[in-house]
Amino acid sequence: MAEKILEIKDLVVEYHTDAAIVHAVSGVNLSVIKGETLGLVGETGAGKTTIARSILRILPTPPAKFRSGEIIFGGEELTTKTEVEMRKIRGNRIAMIFQDPMTALNPIETVGWQIAEAISLHNEVRRDEAEKRAMDMLEMVGIPMERFMEYPHQFSGGMKQRVVIAMALACNPELLLADEPTTALDVTIQAQVLKMMQDLKDRLNMSVILITHDLGVVATSCQSVAVIYAGEIVEYGTVEHIFDHPAHPYTNGLFGSLPRLKTTERRLKPIKGLMPDPTKMPEGCRYAERCPDATEECSAKPPDVAEVTPGHQVKCIKAGR
Amino acid sequence: MLRYIVKRLLLFIPIILGISFIVLILIDITPGDPVAIMAGWDAKPEVIAQVAADLRLDRPIVVRYFEFVTNALKGDFGKSFRNKRPVMTDILSRFPYTALLAFVSVVLSVLIGLPLGIYAATHQYSWKDNTAIFATLILVSMPSFWLALLLVRVFSLGLGITPVSGIQKWTSWILPMFSLAVGYAASIARQARSNMLQVIREDYIVTARAKGQSERVVIYRHALKNACIPLIMTIGSLFGMALGGALVTEQIFSIPGLGQYTITGLINVDYPAIQGSVLFMSIISCSIILLIDIAFAFIDPRIRSQYIRKKVKAIQVGGEGA
Repeated sequence: MAEKILEIKDLVVEYHTDAAIVHAVSGVNLSVIKGETLGLVGETGAGKTTIARSILRILPTPPAKFRSGEIIFGGEELTTKTEVEMRKIRGNRIAMIFQDPMTALNPIETVGWQIAEAISLHNEVRRDEAEKRAMDMLEMVGIPMERFMEYPHQFSGGMKQRVVIAMALACNPELLLADEPTTALDVTIQAQVLKMMQDLKDRLNMSVILITHDLGVVATSCQSVAVIYAGEIVEYGTVEHIFDHPAHPYTNGLFGSLPRLKTTERRLKPIKGLMPDPTKMPEGCRYAERCPDATEECSAKPPDVAEVTPGHQVKCIKAGR
Repeated sequence: MLRYIVKRLLLFIPIILGISFIVLILIDITPGDPVAIMAGWDAKPEVIAQVAADLRLDRPIVVRYFEFVTNALKGDFGKSFRNKRPVMTDILSRFPYTALLAFVSVVLSVLIGLPLGIYAATHQYSWKDNTAIFATLILVSMPSFWLALLLVRVFSLGLGITPVSGIQKWTSWILPMFSLAVGYAASIARQARSNMLQVIREDYIVTARAKGQSERVVIYRHALKNACIPLIMTIGSLFGMALGGALVTEQIFSIPGLGQYTITGLINVDYPAIQGSVLFMSIISCSIILLIDIAFAFIDPRIRSQYIRKKVKAIQVGGEGA
């Protein structure tokens, strides 16, 4: 039953600059089950977007460098595919929604053309057929099809994100990579867009990787969660595992930093300190410096991944003890 | 859009009035009195007065200005002090040479510069890019007259392939066109490169790649079209400059164009010739700028919508949100 649509094994991605090597993603293991939504949670710079772009192989190379790892999508290894083979997958079987709808659309082409472009790339259809389907897509995301010939600057932020979503879903992808799809939108629009994505996902039976730093979004839309810190997955499990029994000190810190409605709080409780410099990652646990429970052992060597309950993995030496 | 163009054309009038007034004042305060030159240094006062009256320079500047403007509106720029021919006739007979030189040089420079800039941008940080940047830096910094002299030395005097100057044979045009185009091409290449590098990093380029679009379409459709918007300004102003007469180049190669006419007019303190050619160049420049603005609107819908604001508003009221 739990058929995996995507499996990432030991993914390592670095950015090589003149000055240093940035360790963006260091040995990430993930899998997405068909029809499910996996949430990738973490701070800015933790490597979430790099993971998503590695799947589509649209990282800028150079400076990005794919070091090692396997990305298996629907039984096929993506990392060894040629560029031409990858183009047939991008936008067709795996699509992506970007963080900032303001800049994700080409400002000098009509939104209709941009949606139809994706359709005619992957389907043997005539121009007018592609346009007809692009209009249907617009209607599906709640934009009247009369606006087909309009340009991005004539749309508001929320509407632009709908266009981006219509573009991503135009070829019925099996997997959708949503990279902070609601971060740039205001809260009321966020709810609308999330609801719409949820409905469309159910209707089209897609699997989704939802990248966010908003735990509220994760709780409402995801089945599994991977918490990412400094290029590593520190905790991985179902929503129940992560929200009801968080086991990694970083996850606890994330929850602790949220304000609560039931009690009166005078100050927020942020996690102290900053993420380690990605060019000089510490040898031991990468969270040790900020961790309230850290011991000398933590800084000595990197912790192993422990399974606290079946399916709930934690990268911390204290877990499972 | 048509209304906008008409509005812009009407704006030509105050601009041209202003320019001609400034030119008249500048000429008037410039040392070198045409009356003294024509009458001779030891002329008697009556002769000087006679010459001044002949040249119609005996009246106040404001009167001369209004006379010039009213005549100019009728297409009459006055008669040259030197050869007594109507300035307009001279300008019109010389303009085709200048226009030919300008047009071919600019087209040539776009054909060389644009592909070079795109190539450099798509190979950033490689030795190919570094070489291209270094070469264009040298060519941009090289004054066109110096390049012209070098070319003459090598191709005309050294190899004897092309004539040194003149326009008698079609081969005479090669060196002047090339010496102008090289500098233009270098600046177009540099700007194309930096625009492309900026655009290639835009999110919508990643979007296009994520759609599965081929690298060629991503570069030539999505990126290039966006990168061209500021580039049109550069190409347009180069063209405007060249149409005003490539002063030094025309002089070096003895091309009987507008630039040469202006320089001769300046040396001879020939007031009508200077006024006429400057006014002519201003009109050409204004027209080029208008054409650039229209081209902007043609490519960029954000600019286009400013010209048809009313229509857009109607759509927004009718449509949802926005």
